[in-house]
Amino acid sequence: MIRIIMNGSPMEVEEGTRVLAAAQDAGVRIPTLCYHKDLCVAGNCRVCLVEVEGQRALQAACALPVSEGMTIRTNSAAVRAARKHVIELLLSEHRVDCLKCARNGNCELQNLAEEYRVEEREFIDLGLERSLDRSSPSIEKDDSKCIRCQRCVRTCTELQRISALTVAHKGSKMRVDTFFGNPLGDVVCSNCGQCVSRCPTGALVERSSIDSVWSALDNPKLHVVVQTAPAVRVSIGEELGCEPGKRATGQMVTALRRLGFDKVFDTDFTADLTIIEEGHELLRRLKAKLLDHDENTVLPMFTSCSPGWVKFLEHQFPEHLENLSTCKSPQQMFGALAKTWYASQAQVDPENVVVVSIMPCTAKKFEADRPEMRSVGARPDVDHVLTTRELARMIRQSGFDFGKLEEQAYDTLLGTSTGAGVIFGATGGVMEAALRTAYEVVTGRPVPFRNLEILPVRGMEGIREAVIPIEGCLPEWSFLEGVDLRIAITHGLANAWELIEGIKAGRLSYHFIEVMACPGGCLGGGGQPIPTDMEIRLERMAAIYEEDRQMPLRKSHENPDVQRLYEEFLKEPLGEKSHELLHTHYTAR
Amino acid sequence: MTTKEKWTRLQQQQGRVRMIFEEVDCAALLRKAISLGQESIIEWIESSGLRGRGGAGFPTGRKWRLAAAQKADRKFVICNADEGEPGTFKDRRILEEQAIKVCTGMALCALATGAREGIIYLRAEYSYLLTSLEETIQEFHLLLKKLDLPFDIVIRSGSGAYVCGEETALIESLEGRRGEPRNKPPFPVEKGLHGFPTVVNNVETLVYCAMIIERGAEAFRRLGTKDSQGGKVFSVSGDADIEGIFELELGMSLASFVDLFGDGDTKAVQVGGSSGHCVPRKKFDETVIGFEGTPTGGSMMLFNSSRSMYHILHNYLEFFEEESCGQCTPCRVGCQQLLRGIEAIKKGEKDAHYLQELLRLARTMSVSSKCGLGQSVANPFISIAQNFREEILY
Repeated sequence: MIRIIMNGSPMEVEEGTRVLAAAQDAGVRIPTLCYHKDLCVAGNCRVCLVEVEGQRALQAACALPVSEGMTIRTNSAAVRAARKHVIELLLSEHRVDCLKCARNGNCELQNLAEEYRVEEREFIDLGLERSLDRSSPSIEKDDSKCIRCQRCVRTCTELQRISALTVAHKGSKMRVDTFFGNPLGDVVCSNCGQCVSRCPTGALVERSSIDSVWSALDNPKLHVVVQTAPAVRVSIGEELGCEPGKRATGQMVTALRRLGFDKVFDTDFTADLTIIEEGHELLRRLKAKLLDHDENTVLPMFTSCSPGWVKFLEHQFPEHLENLSTCKSPQQMFGALAKTWYASQAQVDPENVVVVSIMPCTAKKFEADRPEMRSVGARPDVDHVLTTRELARMIRQSGFDFGKLEEQAYDTLLGTSTGAGVIFGATGGVMEAALRTAYEVVTGRPVPFRNLEILPVRGMEGIREAVIPIEGCLPEWSFLEGVDLRIAITHGLANAWELIEGIKAGRLSYHFIEVMACPGGCLGGGGQPIPTDMEIRLERMAAIYEEDRQMPLRKSHENPDVQRLYEEFLKEPLGEKSHELLHTHYTAR
Repeated sequence: MTTKEKWTRLQQQQGRVRMIFEEVDCAALLRKAISLGQESIIEWIESSGLRGRGGAGFPTGRKWRLAAAQKADRKFVICNADEGEPGTFKDRRILEEQAIKVCTGMALCALATGAREGIIYLRAEYSYLLTSLEETIQEFHLLLKKLDLPFDIVIRSGSGAYVCGEETALIESLEGRRGEPRNKPPFPVEKGLHGFPTVVNNVETLVYCAMIIERGAEAFRRLGTKDSQGGKVFSVSGDADIEGIFELELGMSLASFVDLFGDGDTKAVQVGGSSGHCVPRKKFDETVIGFEGTPTGGSMMLFNSSRSMYHILHNYLEFFEEESCGQCTPCRVGCQQLLRGIEAIKKGEKDAHYLQELLRLARTMSVSSKCGLGQSVANPFISIAQNFREEILY
């Protein structure tokens, strides 16, 4: 233990502790901007300056480790003066446009300006012109609001290993930019939006679709249906004043009805459907490989639900596109079915059906816009994608008291789901859902885990692996008898990269791999409420698994509406209709 | 004094030092060092009182001892030849004429610290030196082989950023990243290049190390003053009767310096380049050139009464506005504010009171910037704005 003196009070902290954390232990909050719990320390904004006895210069609390006898003042006159200067300097460089900013009310710079009462701006306005890059369907970037903290750069590099965003130029021209300043829509960006979640200001925000959705809802000729992704129900509350981990499925359904959607459906339904299709695809690949020794069949199979991951693979590892499941993501399966099967069942003209999805994700906006995702005519299957944050904004605009809304149920047909569908929202969830079904298809018995909870695939570790021994197969799957099914789960694209490198080098070998672009899976998606950190993601994760436990049905193949869909429309998994509507292909980029 | 008399006096004063550009037998010097052993080498350098000649003035012996104490699989010696301070051009001549002594200094550091790998980080603009340096290194490697010294030197070129003279930015650049200074601690002697203990020494410092081993610590220590021992190579430029590179004792008064080099009309001397202090005529007498007074990495720029101090400050601020790496707020935005600020005052868009605001900002920059670059912008700003207030305002 190291003895230090914090603001006059002696305290003991563990060796290696940074002053910022030590202060927190002492009940002192030191303001920060470039610091983020998920990222390495940069120490570049200089807001967290503290005075250390014996040192001429002030020190960045986020970066400075404590040392024996260190005497620290977090609120001396020198500290306050420097901090205020730093905030004023940032404001002089920032296009202060708070009222019109998407982050108004949830901006770290704004909070600091308020806290330090920066009333009269002494310094010269450096007059940054608005420079909006709206080339990406997912993310918009406005350099004039950037405070150069590099949180986005560290996110893109450390968590995602993409480096679509990087630092360019130096001095007054230094800025966060793409490779050669190309438009964000033309670079290797996966659209994951993790940078958006970590931007302290409004320099990086999602492309908003709120206006388009309102105008669809306002048009009486249109039949507007909405689908909600698994992870939204455990996070929407955060954006509307609840604590992280609040489950708000019923209130969200009610809110969506009140907003004017004609039907409120659930992406969990098509998550269940994905399991049927993807599970059978896996079994078919296993059969081709193990029984027929087909050389054209590739293993491991990668999941394809995460559009950030898919685009990452298209850019970085195009030689592995054959490994990707051909299944569309649940969002896109929903879109395709809404405009075909649902339209005919509901007897509405598909031309008049508008599909809106509520996603924890910014990459879903890009995915909906992909040319492959058009089953009926030239319009996209999913017309508009809203993030969790955008939905919350619409709810606020409508003036509902979210906390007081009654709980309602989803509409049937595309709204019935199982616990297997909801756990798609957490890393490992697709794998767990797939195993619950595939194991039972092959052996006729449920997965041998208590309460169907396959704990080895759960958790927050970056790369997890498990071996599921397959025993007692039904006759038609006898080729799997005694096979140890090797599976892996990864989340965060830096981890995905490491996993693929391991496979390429022959160090790792699996049959099936779940990959989610975002840390924690969709619950940590780039469209989720800001801020995010591990504690918040764990709360959301606990809520997802609680949601699963509360569901009467826990296995995708037991979803009665999915069964009905096969009976009346699709006929069989991987069949002709499925091929037409539920499967897709990928493009090397 | 006539120019001729100045030259005579200058010869005398230089004659007392004569270390950097003297020919020595490097093989013999290294043999001597090997017989001295690690501990004695460090002790000699420590007792010589040598402080880093790049400008910051950290005691060299202490730096070597800290690196020597580290247990690590690899250690590095880096020769900082990224001589970018405006008005400094002495390392260039040392590398032109005495590269073998630079290599010898690096090998001494390797002996003292246990490093086996040396790197010369050469300023991009000095790439014309590459061929001759490569030849010297080859020759030096043969010598090392004969002496059975396991040490190896390579050259790495910078890309033109001033900030890469800052040792941690230099290391970042060597690792292939943007030259941005790191947080300290950890210092390079603990975690430097690729995370291994690393000594970064200026070109001139390394040559003095060689000369201390050659002539003994006492020969060095008896030069200069108590706080500024030894000689120093100065780069003299500006409105000077005599310009060029001169090795003189540290600790002389600025008045005697100006007597030697000035044109008789010197109104100010910028001591230590753009990041140094500007001393006005009235303070020449009281200013000591050295660590106890006004330190310098070697740059001495003389200005006579024909010069506008506003333009000089403007020029420095333009330089910093461009050469700040841009990562930390006080330096990136502060430099722009100081520059735009004096322009606004000059144009009458801001009143005289605003200069006080800028002085406060400069003081904040000096205590809040992440590295020495941003911290030292206050030196020229405050010294010029205070000593030549009228020239800045009107």
